[in-house]
Amino acid sequence: MVTFDRFILANGLRVLVHQDEATPMAVVNILYDVGARDEDPGQTGFAHLFEHLMFGGSVHIPHYDGPSQAAGAQNNAFTSNDITNYYITLPAANLETAFWLESDRMLGLAFNEKSLEVQRNVVCEEFKQRYLNQPYGDVWLRLRPLAYQMHPYRWATIGKELAHIEQARMDDVKAFFAKHYTPANACLVVAGNVDTDTVKQLAEKWFGPIPATGKYLRQLPAEPEQREARREVVRAGVPQNAIYVAFHGPARLDENYHATDLIADVLAPGASSRLYRRLVKERELFSEINAYQTGSLDPNLFVVEGKLLPNVSTEEAEDAIWSELERLSSIPIEPYELEKVKNKVESTLVFAEMAILEKAMNLAYFELLGDAAEFNREVDRYLAVSATDIQRQAQHLFRKENSSTLIYISQEDAR
Amino acid sequence: MLDRTSPPVYYPIRDFDLIEPKHITFPNGLQVFMFDAGEQELVRIEWAFGNVLADEHHALLNTCACELLLEGTSTHTSAQLAELVDFHGAFLIPTVGYDQSSLTLFSLNKHLDRLLPLVKDVLTDSIFPEKELTTYIRNNKQKLQVSLKKNSFVARRLFNKTVFGSMRYGYVPDVSDYDRITRDALLTLFRQQYQPSNGTLIIAGKVTDEVLLRLESLFGVEWQASGAATPLDIPPSPLIIPDGSLIVDERADALQSAIRLGCQSIQRSHPDFPGLQVLNTLLGGYFGSRLMANIREDKGYTYNIGSGLASLKHGAFLTIASEVGVDVTAATLAEIEKEINKLRKEPVAESELMLVRNYLMGSTLGSLENVFSHADKFKNAYFSNLGLDYYDYYTNVVNTITPDEILRLANTYLDYDRMVKVVVGRL
Repeated sequence: MVTFDRFILANGLRVLVHQDEATPMAVVNILYDVGARDEDPGQTGFAHLFEHLMFGGSVHIPHYDGPSQAAGAQNNAFTSNDITNYYITLPAANLETAFWLESDRMLGLAFNEKSLEVQRNVVCEEFKQRYLNQPYGDVWLRLRPLAYQMHPYRWATIGKELAHIEQARMDDVKAFFAKHYTPANACLVVAGNVDTDTVKQLAEKWFGPIPATGKYLRQLPAEPEQREARREVVRAGVPQNAIYVAFHGPARLDENYHATDLIADVLAPGASSRLYRRLVKERELFSEINAYQTGSLDPNLFVVEGKLLPNVSTEEAEDAIWSELERLSSIPIEPYELEKVKNKVESTLVFAEMAILEKAMNLAYFELLGDAAEFNREVDRYLAVSATDIQRQAQHLFRKENSSTLIYISQEDAR
Repeated sequence: MLDRTSPPVYYPIRDFDLIEPKHITFPNGLQVFMFDAGEQELVRIEWAFGNVLADEHHALLNTCACELLLEGTSTHTSAQLAELVDFHGAFLIPTVGYDQSSLTLFSLNKHLDRLLPLVKDVLTDSIFPEKELTTYIRNNKQKLQVSLKKNSFVARRLFNKTVFGSMRYGYVPDVSDYDRITRDALLTLFRQQYQPSNGTLIIAGKVTDEVLLRLESLFGVEWQASGAATPLDIPPSPLIIPDGSLIVDERADALQSAIRLGCQSIQRSHPDFPGLQVLNTLLGGYFGSRLMANIREDKGYTYNIGSGLASLKHGAFLTIASEVGVDVTAATLAEIEKEINKLRKEPVAESELMLVRNYLMGSTLGSLENVFSHADKFKNAYFSNLGLDYYDYYTNVVNTITPDEILRLANTYLDYDRMVKVVVGRL
């Protein structure tokens, strides 16, 4: 149980406080309701590039990192297709430093040309390091546009191509900030050895004066229902053939989200999971296999991916995946197996309560979903999933016409 | 009017409190350290064993033995073990390091009655079934082939090989080495290495008397040495300091080069170690470090660059690693050299040193967020034959180190010309 207090400042900033006296530390986590899905299709990768620029100095503070380190803090951020999340962990006695730093960059950035130029390069190197210079690194650059044709999830957080990042201009940066980095578009969570009165006073002092501007209301194109199976075959300089099958899955708030999560746990990657047991261990078709849903706010992808052993044909491997998926659709899961995956969820959630940063991020994310208190009801939602729910959802997901299949064929000299 | 230009008052962290473990010796000689704290009804229990090497150039055998621990005993098949662990929502994880192999159980207290006997079965009666071994070897050969396509992975291997030469830490397995693994060799190693006299049990979390009694009966009384003599690791080959050579593994199609450079260094038990940690932090150990500030934040050559210091049982090394655009590979090496030389020639400013001090103390405090991290801090000291008072010494050095001392350390332990430099990509 993660308890918290909540208040909202006059400018629309939501503030949550979670007290945990077992730690001498505090964390300040700010989630901005903006991600890669909010980008212009001609300027992809911008939300993430922008995240880098948030460390390049703000109106009154030329360098974010120096004062942060001086106060014994550690900070970082991440961008997803849905959100941009910043966090700073520091000794609780130095909490005010975090308020000073975070409020100033919500107030305004320095918009420094040098920082833009350097971070464009840094992000291009990140693009190469993670997506281009790795075997199978480009999988999401291929799988997303295969599965999504309308919705902005069709591009990856890093962006469609290096050129989009290279072309980012200061005017775009300023416009993006004005549109998305507003108090009403953020959720601030303070967790750790803190108390609500102090946080309230600090929040009023540092964030209160930031002027309210309207909240951006997104209107994203919905992904039309997929009606026929899609397929792409890539010949690449990878050592093993590989298969990725993506199905359109539920949105985060869809009532089938939790059943889908449990389906993923039934399939992989645990040592007793079905795909691992049957296709890696018994039938010896794959060297590794996994299944998961991407968990995005808008309808997500349920992905099954595996690397084939030499001398196994892609047809045989693909058929084997499908026969396991069809087994879930046609035969109800036994109570024992359902209890097993629920037990794993339960213990994972208990272990997650050991870290204040994880608790703070979860509270912020559930607040974005509608109500942070729902985080504490999460385990019940998993426990409520029935065998019938699993079967119905498997039938709904695992249809050929709902699938996009990406196959890598190893060509050692392809590059 | 609110003053947003000057920072609020902040307080440097001068020290931190560590949980002193309860030390117990079980009747069979197993050393036990217990950290009882935390709100949640859960525990982390680690069984750590010193690696017993029969051949310094075959450490892959130790890796395989550990990673195959969950693949079957006389009474449980691999599938049954996996089912039982998963059904109880637990995680039972084998990990192999340079000097030790561990099996770690993460579990809610309520399931320990079922899980602890299983762990005992695994640690005393693993049989390494031939079929599971074949599967393991086949799949791991595939994984290694994928890793060998990653420049950073190849760079790390070349680096280790060159820095430690024929000594055990320089050994890196090739795909063909998997063919040397036999079931008999695994069984022999298992009987030598996984023994109470070679093990340490570290328990952290809600450790009730009941849990401790159960552990003692299973792992302190029922578990007896298998008759084999007390296992002795062979002595390590002597450390030879390599020349500061440049090794280039050309990859014509690379978009980035993986760079790795460094040298052998001093161990945690050396009086200069904490000071060298401060120096390492200045050089490349945090986001504001010299290398990050110059090579990422000023030049934009890379997404990440950092340095680290590793203390092992029979040696130590310092390493700098990055992945950079191929067109700036040479320029990056030149900048690294410049930064090292600057640390050797110019005393660091008090303000920068203060920053590093505060950062180090703050992050140490932050790393002690729960009982597991207290146990980890203890392990770092204990396996270097040091007590927790090591951290008093560490804290004192961090808080009082001077620019002159940093200069001395840089001139003693950082020498670009004598560092091994590896580039995988294009230079």
